[in-house]
Amino acid sequence: MFDVIIIGSGAAGLTAALNAKKSNTNVLVVSKTYPTHSQTVQAQGGINAVLYEGVDSVDQHVDDTLKASKGLAIKDNIKLMCKEAKETISWLNDIGVPFTRNENNQIAQRKFGGTKNIRTCYSSDYTGLKILHTLYDQCIKEGIHFLNEHSLLNLIIENNKCLGATVLDINTGEIKELSSKSLILASGGYSGIYTNFTTNSYANTGDGIASAIRAGVELSNMEFIQFHPTALKGSNILISESARGEGGYLLDYKYERFIDELKPRDEVSRAIFERISNNENVYLDLRHLGIDKIKNLMPQERRLALEFSNVKLEDELLPINPAAHYSMGGIKTDINCKTNIQNLYACGECAQSSVHGANRLGGNSLLEIVSFGKIAGVNAALNAKENKEEFISNTKQLLLDKKHINSIFKYSNEINFYSIKEEMGKNLFNNVGVFRDEDNMNKALSFINKAEKQISIMGVKDKELAYNKNLVEFLEFINMLEVSKLVIKSAILRKESRGAHFRVDYPMEEKTLEVNTLITKNNNILNIKFEDK
Amino acid sequence: MNINIKRFQKNTNPQSSIFTYDVKNTNLLQALIEIKSTKDSTLTYRCGCKSGVCGSCAVRVNGVEKLACKTVINQDDTIEPIKNRPIIRDLVVDVSHETLVINQTKSYIDLSESNHSEITAKDVKKIDTQSNCILCNSCYSSCPVYEVNKDFLGPFALTRALRYANDKKMANNSLIIDQIQTNGIWDCTLCGACTLVCPQNIDPKMDIMQLQNIATQKGYTNPALANFDSNMGFDMSDMGFDPNGSF
Repeated sequence: MFDVIIIGSGAAGLTAALNAKKSNTNVLVVSKTYPTHSQTVQAQGGINAVLYEGVDSVDQHVDDTLKASKGLAIKDNIKLMCKEAKETISWLNDIGVPFTRNENNQIAQRKFGGTKNIRTCYSSDYTGLKILHTLYDQCIKEGIHFLNEHSLLNLIIENNKCLGATVLDINTGEIKELSSKSLILASGGYSGIYTNFTTNSYANTGDGIASAIRAGVELSNMEFIQFHPTALKGSNILISESARGEGGYLLDYKYERFIDELKPRDEVSRAIFERISNNENVYLDLRHLGIDKIKNLMPQERRLALEFSNVKLEDELLPINPAAHYSMGGIKTDINCKTNIQNLYACGECAQSSVHGANRLGGNSLLEIVSFGKIAGVNAALNAKENKEEFISNTKQLLLDKKHINSIFKYSNEINFYSIKEEMGKNLFNNVGVFRDEDNMNKALSFINKAEKQISIMGVKDKELAYNKNLVEFLEFINMLEVSKLVIKSAILRKESRGAHFRVDYPMEEKTLEVNTLITKNNNILNIKFEDK
Repeated sequence: MNINIKRFQKNTNPQSSIFTYDVKNTNLLQALIEIKSTKDSTLTYRCGCKSGVCGSCAVRVNGVEKLACKTVINQDDTIEPIKNRPIIRDLVVDVSHETLVINQTKSYIDLSESNHSEITAKDVKKIDTQSNCILCNSCYSSCPVYEVNKDFLGPFALTRALRYANDKKMANNSLIIDQIQTNGIWDCTLCGACTLVCPQNIDPKMDIMQLQNIATQKGYTNPALANFDSNMGFDMSDMGFDPNGSF
């Protein structure tokens, strides 16, 4: 039995692990892949923090974040994150993250969208990669226990208390039961449901959120998905906001600028999407920055453009389009990262921690995952010390999961789920994407409902137990369907436009709807409603 | 276009065989996904970010290590798993050694001993490339020393050792340097195979040479040279040849 089990090994999970370990607890990190394969490595541009008061202020950081949230965040939660930001950067710096320095040898900062001041710290454009690897090295130093290539199946929850989780050991195909005093979900976001129309990793399939709702954990704001303005046309590989922050332009098919490039991401994405829907190309133009600046500050962007679009950023225009990038909604947590279930915590992109609301500022996601990763780790460790639960074994959940996996091997395979998954991505992007309306969203919902009914005539062709990725991907697909349904239903419920959620049929913000959506599940009945004010 | 994939399955006989697939995609990762989703769902590989930064999809293409997501394929290319690690299935190999070697080299900062002196832009630049490592294991696959000695710490572990040894925040890098003496920097033949295959343009060969310099300054010597009798070979008096003589 572990004191603290953490599901997910991105920066949120690893920060939680390091902080839980500080109180001398027995910590286990469960990773579906390997820690360094996590989505965090794809965060390029930077992490926000007010380092130099006077030039900028914590209050301004709070205000910018609150403004972007369009009234759906909680000021105290934002304050906590922004106030601690300097300390967060200082800790990351001390454990070895090589933040880029300016000419005065101070930690350098760059301008990001939606902010009044320059406050995004960075390590060239590999910020997430360097943060995650540094955290990983620290975890190794602290002797934190890892279970890699173990995929979360379900949470074990009895009488509103989380007792652990069931996982699939990908290497052996064995279904295991893990027992914990505290459990932290740090399993990442769900923009991966937009298959082929997302900047996210193939591993981002909303498993944590799907297992949470199955177990009756409350979710919130699932309709809010951020579409990043600049993904490479076709391959949807992310080109960081730092490209515009450092002075890049967006050009239309006449090679003219059409928007202030540093407006919040939702506004920029809509302006680009309108043009792309008219079959016009939109380009990112960095030519005027010069090769030295591009090489120094954006080495990764330069290589991605060259390797995936065959474009030399210093000489040519880069064709781009918006793509699903980040999910603001997720597991509802309070300021202590607690969920509505005892012993269960959530942090990182899988959590709706009331800091981003309807839209997230660039540079605030890395900040959120490290800030709240720490809070989750500390609180989960405290809870573990007080929790006198006994080791569990042979739970009902374990038997159910074994039965479920066995039955999947017998599904009839009349329909190839991979083609449905691909269709689903396209359907969601077109119907529940940058622009939304009721008719289109209902089309998407019928698609999902139909697919859900057909699950048992899909299935896996690979019948091996050991390292069966076909099975893992099928289980992920089931989770994606479940999450997609919640996204669409929440988006249909919200009859207004707010932040990243833009309804063509309700283009205005409604004062009365300045509230979070809440999803609960009681006795297997799903209930989606607005929270009371 | 046809590509050949060397597949591996533990409980079949033979365990390895080459399969040929007709694919439309010219990007290798997309071609693998095409095969798995339309032709044969048992094909097994790792992938993640699709943008060359998660390090999960390294394979060999015609014998050379590549990240599948960044590779353009050609007719009759042969795709195999990376070398020198046990194959789990098809293109997936065991990478569980990563944790062990990082731990062995003590490549991390001890916060309690962290140095708080000013970090300059130059200090950061010094560890910039090394800290771009994505642990894709291409270097281990290409390494002829690791091929014959699995206790060899290997290229990425040594690059990481240098990344921390050169980190100014590290108050004292002696522990790291001490940890890389056995099966470490002196065992490398400096062949540079790792440098050629690194998708992040890291140069582990140069990093290892730099570590050798740091170690030498700290008084360590190459054990191979220490055992070398300097009187042998160079003493040519009995060879009937006077190096100072003239013809």
